[in-house]
Amino acid sequence: MEVLLAITALAVLASLIADRRRTLAGVRRGLRMFVNLLPTLAAVLAAVSLLMAAVSPPTLEGWLGSGGTIPFVAALLVGSIALIPGFIAFPLAGVLKDNGATTAVLAAFITTLLMVGILTLPIEIRFFGRRIALWRNLLAVSGAVVVALVMAAILS
Amino acid sequence: MAARGKRAFEAVKAALPWALVALVIVLWAYDRVAAPFPYGREAGAGLWGYALEMIAFLPAMFVLVGLFDVWVPRRIVERHVGRDSGPLAIVWMVLLGTLQAGPLYGAFPVAVALWRKGTAPRNVFIYLGAFCALKIPMLTFEVAFLGWQFSLVRTAVTLPVFIFLGYLLERLLPVDVAIPDPEATLPGGTPGHESPSTAK
Repeated sequence: MEVLLAITALAVLASLIADRRRTLAGVRRGLRMFVNLLPTLAAVLAAVSLLMAAVSPPTLEGWLGSGGTIPFVAALLVGSIALIPGFIAFPLAGVLKDNGATTAVLAAFITTLLMVGILTLPIEIRFFGRRIALWRNLLAVSGAVVVALVMAAILS
Repeated sequence: MAARGKRAFEAVKAALPWALVALVIVLWAYDRVAAPFPYGREAGAGLWGYALEMIAFLPAMFVLVGLFDVWVPRRIVERHVGRDSGPLAIVWMVLLGTLQAGPLYGAFPVAVALWRKGTAPRNVFIYLGAFCALKIPMLTFEVAFLGWQFSLVRTAVTLPVFIFLGYLLERLLPVDVAIPDPEATLPGGTPGHESPSTAK
């Protein structure tokens, strides 16, 4: 985080020295994109917090803490829908593992969590349009199934 | 009549995000003021966390994207990662994606900037894939909780999968596929308070 802020500050400074007008145009363009995204972002983040407050880690442990088809599908679904930051997701996955979740379930959960974003679809649609956003997520889910099955085959 | 209905619909659509935010705040306040209400507390804490995460790095990300837009010439981007670029482009994209941090929606502005400078769609999707699945800062977490074996195998298996998906997705889309203009305002939803912050 600090790295990004430092890089941005340096970039703006260097750019200002090189060309003041152009820098202002660039910064303004970036901020305009940000402001345009804000309503969508606010809606998504509010919806995510309402949903995630309803689903507690113990609930997830009940759903995903074993092996078999149903936990596997549940892992794909939960991972696709949820928006969990890495610093919560990986400890949670560690707990799931200790509870007896299989490699396939863990891989399905982690991979969909990282690559599929159903709740963030409104944001993705704003950037890429409906067609690309839907296709990308659909393919990412199928990719996650492949990753999970291959990993299960390798690690067990 | 139809126009009025549409306008009302647009108004509701524009107000919805802030209504959702207000709902979370009300639930949170109920827990603080009236009676213990774990759901409200959780939702409020969640929104606060997400908002902090967003405010901390998204504006900086967008400023970088804006600078990239005005400084980097289109032909350079096209030559290295455009439609006719070779497999080396994949390496560039994976490097770019893995070195960043932050949530997925932070990668979208970068992806769109790349796209608009002439990056091939497959390379944009490979960038997104690398960003999602292989961020270096995140891998350290994964190793800590799931073990290096799991992380290593997941990385090795995921990489070829999303490279393949990038090519597949490019094939699925028409050659002249267009994406929305990120600077265009939301249809029907441009609250007046938005302009001062950009016009400085």
